[in-house]
Amino acid sequence: MRQNFRFSGTGGQGLITAGIILAEAALLDGRLAVQSQSYGPEARGGSSKAEVILSDAPIHYGRVTHPDTLLVMSQEAADKFSGDCDASSLIITDSLFVSDVRAKGARRIDLPITHTAREACGKPLFANIVALGAVVALTRCVTTEALERAVLQRVPKGTEEANRKALAAGYALAEKYEKRAA
Amino acid sequence: MGRVLLLQGNQAVVEGAIAAGVRFYGGYPITPSTEIAEGMAKRLPEVGGKFMQTEDELAGIGTVIGASMGGVKAMTATSGPGFSLKQEMIGLACSAEIPCVIVNVQRVGPATGQPTSPAQGDVMQARWGTHGDHWLIAVSPSSVPECFDLTRRAVALSETYRCPVILLMDEIVGHMRERIELPDSYEHLPVVKRKAPSVPPEEYMAYADTDGSKVPAMAAFGSGYRWHVSGLVHDETGFPKGTPAATKNSQDRLREKLAKNEEDIVKAERYRADDADVVVVAYGGAARTAYDAVDLARGAGIRAGLFRPITIWPFAERAIGELTQKAKCLLVHELNCGQYVREVERAVKGRVPVRLYAKYDNEPATPEQLLAEIRKAAEGIKEGRQ
Repeated sequence: MRQNFRFSGTGGQGLITAGIILAEAALLDGRLAVQSQSYGPEARGGSSKAEVILSDAPIHYGRVTHPDTLLVMSQEAADKFSGDCDASSLIITDSLFVSDVRAKGARRIDLPITHTAREACGKPLFANIVALGAVVALTRCVTTEALERAVLQRVPKGTEEANRKALAAGYALAEKYEKRAA
Repeated sequence: MGRVLLLQGNQAVVEGAIAAGVRFYGGYPITPSTEIAEGMAKRLPEVGGKFMQTEDELAGIGTVIGASMGGVKAMTATSGPGFSLKQEMIGLACSAEIPCVIVNVQRVGPATGQPTSPAQGDVMQARWGTHGDHWLIAVSPSSVPECFDLTRRAVALSETYRCPVILLMDEIVGHMRERIELPDSYEHLPVVKRKAPSVPPEEYMAYADTDGSKVPAMAAFGSGYRWHVSGLVHDETGFPKGTPAATKNSQDRLREKLAKNEEDIVKAERYRADDADVVVVAYGGAARTAYDAVDLARGAGIRAGLFRPITIWPFAERAIGELTQKAKCLLVHELNCGQYVREVERAVKGRVPVRLYAKYDNEPATPEQLLAEIRKAAEGIKEGRQ
């Protein structure tokens, strides 16, 4: 099975890191992954996107032409990167930054990602890990064991506990949403 | 035992260089190749090597040539703007026969172009960037594992044939991350050693073809052997000699040392190409689209295949010519306005139609876009038959 993810937002939100972590988690699960990115010449700001393809078969073309899951963490990213979604796509937005999405019938879930990062970990910096937790809880694309290992081997020393909390907060966000939806 | 890692192509180049025994890097960082400089700066001190960030790209290739003359395997990396700056000294390395590897992770050009976007506009520059008749090797990887393998191969080829080797990458492969399995230790991996002189220093002639291989033995500076290095046309002593005979001898040997060994140097991959009517010719990052497009075409009942030059220079003239025995059409796909296609046309000599799918808008082609071109090619074959 092939799963296409696109994480998009503003440069500096850590979405390329989130993409790398998801791909590394898939490798830990014994699957294949390709991660690519596009960004402008700026170090911060400007829209940024990371794409991840997970599959059990070899992956050649490394870009996503039709996201199964689209994460949008800025309005500009929502405008720029949602055009190729359709009714089969899942769009997860950060409700703090995104109001309109050209969804074309896609399933849309608005979650207070950055808000939760601030509440649970004290800093909006952890929004990418909260988002990753929510994406994985909603799609079950990698195991939570692999995800936690991938997060912990990628983040700076001394931030492990805060990152664990961020993951848990992401899982909880998704769970809360699913309960409400059920 | 190995390590399974998620690496960028650029990071795999660093590991390949370390594994191949590269112990000097000199260069100036530039997007989208910067991760190579970054990685070499971290890895070289760990293995007793030296990293030097120079004031510009010219000094970068200069230090690489100097290090290589000192007997150390040396590499530099850059992108289009820096590749242009390095050309003069790439010519020196051709003439003086100094082994070195120059990585060019291509971005959109000309000039500053688009630093973070992919293109393959330097494919002819890799062959003809420096002035004068000259012969060198260029290889182009399509995947992260191949970045590791081809970097090792580039080093081995440059040491074996004493010429610069261009590792021609593109932003797609340089920045993409994928699975790679690396050995825990590189110690058991074979490393090519350049041919050392078999005579005492007083009998050493730096450019004498002593064993008929056309590749002279190379003494390291500081080893007690003395030789003269010049970009002027030189004879076997290394000192300038501009007679017609000396000039021709020098050019013949520089050409033949590669031409005689094309079997060893020129490599390509064939994917579902044996019975293909339409053979896509694509290299580097563009080939990744081609595998999927070929599979889509096969699914739609079109006999399509891929011929992927891995060594892009010298050109796979014979292999491309042989494709025309089976194929009814060749479709060249490249991320420029059409450069390599002219070489393909030259090799095909009009035996079958050669089509071009040129893409030069900052984005790689999608498999569907290339499939549409394969369909057109297949329809062209049908119409041609009627």
